Amino acid sequence: MTVLMGYADQVSVAPGETAHFMVSCDGPSRYRADIVRLIHPDGGPDAPPFQEEVIATAVNGDYEARVQEILIGSYGEIPTSPLFDALESFTLQAMVWPTRPGRGRQALLGTWSEAEHTGFGIGLDEAGALELRLGGGAGNVATLSTGVPLMVRKWYFVAAAFDAASGTMRLVQEPLGGSMFHNASPVVIEGHTDLQPTAGSGPFLFAAWHGGDADGRLRTSAHYNGKIDRPRLASRALDRAEMAALAQAAPTAGMASSTVAAWDFSRDISSEHIHDTSPNCLHGQTVNLPTRAVTGHNWTGEVMNWQAAPAQYGAIHFHEDDIYDAGWQPDFTLTMPDDMKSGAYAARLTAGEGTDAAEYYIPFFVRPPRGKATAKVAYLAATATHNAYYNNVGRFTAPLTELYQGRITVMDGTDMLPLDHPELGLSTYDRHRDGSGVCYSSRLRPASNIRPKGRLWNYCPDLFVVGWLEHCGVDYDVITDEDLHREGLDLLRPYSVVATGSHPEYYSKEMLDGMDAWTRRGGRLMYLGGNGFYWRIAYHPTLPGVMEVRRTEDGTRAWIAEVGEYYMSFTGEYGGMWRRQKRPPNHIAGVGFISQGFDASAPYRRTAAAADSRVSFIFDGVEDDVLGDFGAMLGGAAGLELDCYDAKLGSPPHALVVASSENHSNVYELVAEEVAVSHNATDATQNPDIRADMVFFETPGGGAVFSTGSIAYVGSLGYNGFDNNIARLTTNVLNRFLDPEPFEMPPQAV
Amino acid sequence: MFKIDPARVDLAREFKAKPYGEHSPDLQAVLTVMRGLPIEGKHVLVMTEPHRQWTLARMTGRPPKPELLSNHVFHSLEEAEWFVFKLRWEQITGQPLPLD
Repeated sequence: MTVLMGYADQVSVAPGETAHFMVSCDGPSRYRADIVRLIHPDGGPDAPPFQEEVIATAVNGDYEARVQEILIGSYGEIPTSPLFDALESFTLQAMVWPTRPGRGRQALLGTWSEAEHTGFGIGLDEAGALELRLGGGAGNVATLSTGVPLMVRKWYFVAAAFDAASGTMRLVQEPLGGSMFHNASPVVIEGHTDLQPTAGSGPFLFAAWHGGDADGRLRTSAHYNGKIDRPRLASRALDRAEMAALAQAAPTAGMASSTVAAWDFSRDISSEHIHDTSPNCLHGQTVNLPTRAVTGHNWTGEVMNWQAAPAQYGAIHFHEDDIYDAGWQPDFTLTMPDDMKSGAYAARLTAGEGTDAAEYYIPFFVRPPRGKATAKVAYLAATATHNAYYNNVGRFTAPLTELYQGRITVMDGTDMLPLDHPELGLSTYDRHRDGSGVCYSSRLRPASNIRPKGRLWNYCPDLFVVGWLEHCGVDYDVITDEDLHREGLDLLRPYSVVATGSHPEYYSKEMLDGMDAWTRRGGRLMYLGGNGFYWRIAYHPTLPGVMEVRRTEDGTRAWIAEVGEYYMSFTGEYGGMWRRQKRPPNHIAGVGFISQGFDASAPYRRTAAAADSRVSFIFDGVEDDVLGDFGAMLGGAAGLELDCYDAKLGSPPHALVVASSENHSNVYELVAEEVAVSHNATDATQNPDIRADMVFFETPGGGAVFSTGSIAYVGSLGYNGFDNNIARLTTNVLNRFLDPEPFEMPPQAV
Repeated sequence: MFKIDPARVDLAREFKAKPYGEHSPDLQAVLTVMRGLPIEGKHVLVMTEPHRQWTLARMTGRPPKPELLSNHVFHSLEEAEWFVFKLRWEQITGQPLPLD
């Protein structure tokens, strides 16, 4: 069977700029690549047909196929050093909080090489007990285990001391105190060996063992799941009191001569840097983004912000399924031609024949030349949201999916890719294998669910907006969330109209500030989606293509952040919903998230406010009261995720709700953040708050906002060849928004 | 805890007539039981032709993956919903649903 996938290093490129494309193709000897401009997605029988155009570029052609490997799993790496090689006796120690003890051997720290059977290290054995490994070369291995498994999600002090002269190995495994009752006991065990470990070729690692070479990259194995705090290395076998001294945040003076390294993970939390406080400066770095800004062994519960007490956040949480950059070699490189039109593009890959045929799209967007707009309309591609959903596996494997979807779970061939290839990593909708939430997501890896065909979610239905703009024949530029994050208002300033996709859910502060400033300066926003402007995210300050979200105290959450871990590591910003940070979506969009359901969509019904002369332009030529009782996304324009007007949350008082959806099913439940006290009137058949509100309001500077409050909305645009009331009224809005005639703020009602 | 009453064939008829959209409270309770089955062994659909053909599958293994049941191919989601409803009815109540 053909397995074809790839990714690009850029998501948004301007003419003259370059993108590298990385491909893995298993099966056929060759594959073909074509650059295509995407005009309309494959939306099924109730939408216009799929439409793309092949763009003649130098990279279109056949390529030799090769399989490229993803090395998943996070770890910390300290480069090789003579200081490690020179050690005869030693002590290794750390505070640890294991999350999957007993699930295979797992490394904690050391130079132990699985490939060479050299070096030394402590880890967890198959049963989850502390284990020391010494290696003298192939097959020449000494081990000692405490024989007592560590308890899951409990802090321990663990240490191994080896005295080369006597051959004595000693292990210490002590549960730390806390408010929880437990029956874990301290264990001290000794053993003897004649083996003297020899130095291998690998580095000193945390949370993984050296596994050899992978085409020039480090192969690792035995990945640890859990936290490590205050790791230390000493040059002799310490007694228990000395271990305690070495474990101090600042090891006491008497330990100085024996200390080889005293790593402090509370330093440089926003980075990949690992800092050694010893004079040996055995610094290093993390690989594949283990989670930082997590509570350490000494967290008191009285500090919630890691910046206020970094010493209580001296742990790193490693996962066997962390991934940042797949690190593949480029297959082809495209420099965008100077005349390349701004738009939604992809490298379309095809390989194999007949039942072995495979197709894969690597999407990217071409923005206009930097500092220049080529149209008055911009389509803002929700690349932050796409990134958050990259390889959403939990949607298919979580037991609750069918309950909240209200239908049998549907997947397609591409959806199965990350199930068959877990090395592709997870989305921020998933939990790691140890149950902790995935808070980082990178686009530097293949994604199964960012494609113009198949199941309709996010990227794919967002292209309905592109299709509609194409149908309108209006010139438009495509810009992305990542551009908005970096350039803010400057990016939006030239545009009269910005149209969103179906679900612009994730916003950094920089993005929101840029959008807010633009709408206050005459910009006209067409928010054509649902559940937008919802989660606060951070982009990494230096690493490209990776974002962070912490699903904190409230909201519709795929997982819940550990208590004390609500502040994002990348920037130190408080994570969670914008609603909890004084900027609910209602402020910028006039509506905010109220409900979701995925069984059926419903139409809107025009309200009395639609007769207001301020909104007569919206309904020009639209006679129907019922709007959008059709569409490619569950048969209606209002569905999947819904937003409603709510003055309490800051929907503008002068906003007009021109239409509201009705008759949603039992599956549509009130969002968690709206339920302070449990009650049983939370579904749409009993709760009138559950509806999508179509809202219009004017903004200062002659601008305006039009919001639809529904993910399904865009799926109705192309129905019946774009001849329908949703397309008509949306086009009316676009045309009026393109008219430079300023909108006037209405006087305050008295 | 709520248990599905195999005598309530009227609820099955209601579902067949309208698998998506508003349901009576009694049918909703039945669906909550059915949709809340454990993921291991749960039926899912694999879209084998975009938006036009779906094949029944069962989630198996850890982590679970769909195993295609290629002899059950549907050309509408409603048809698939009804097929799975009948399977689950028998699985949960121990009695086959006396409806086609």
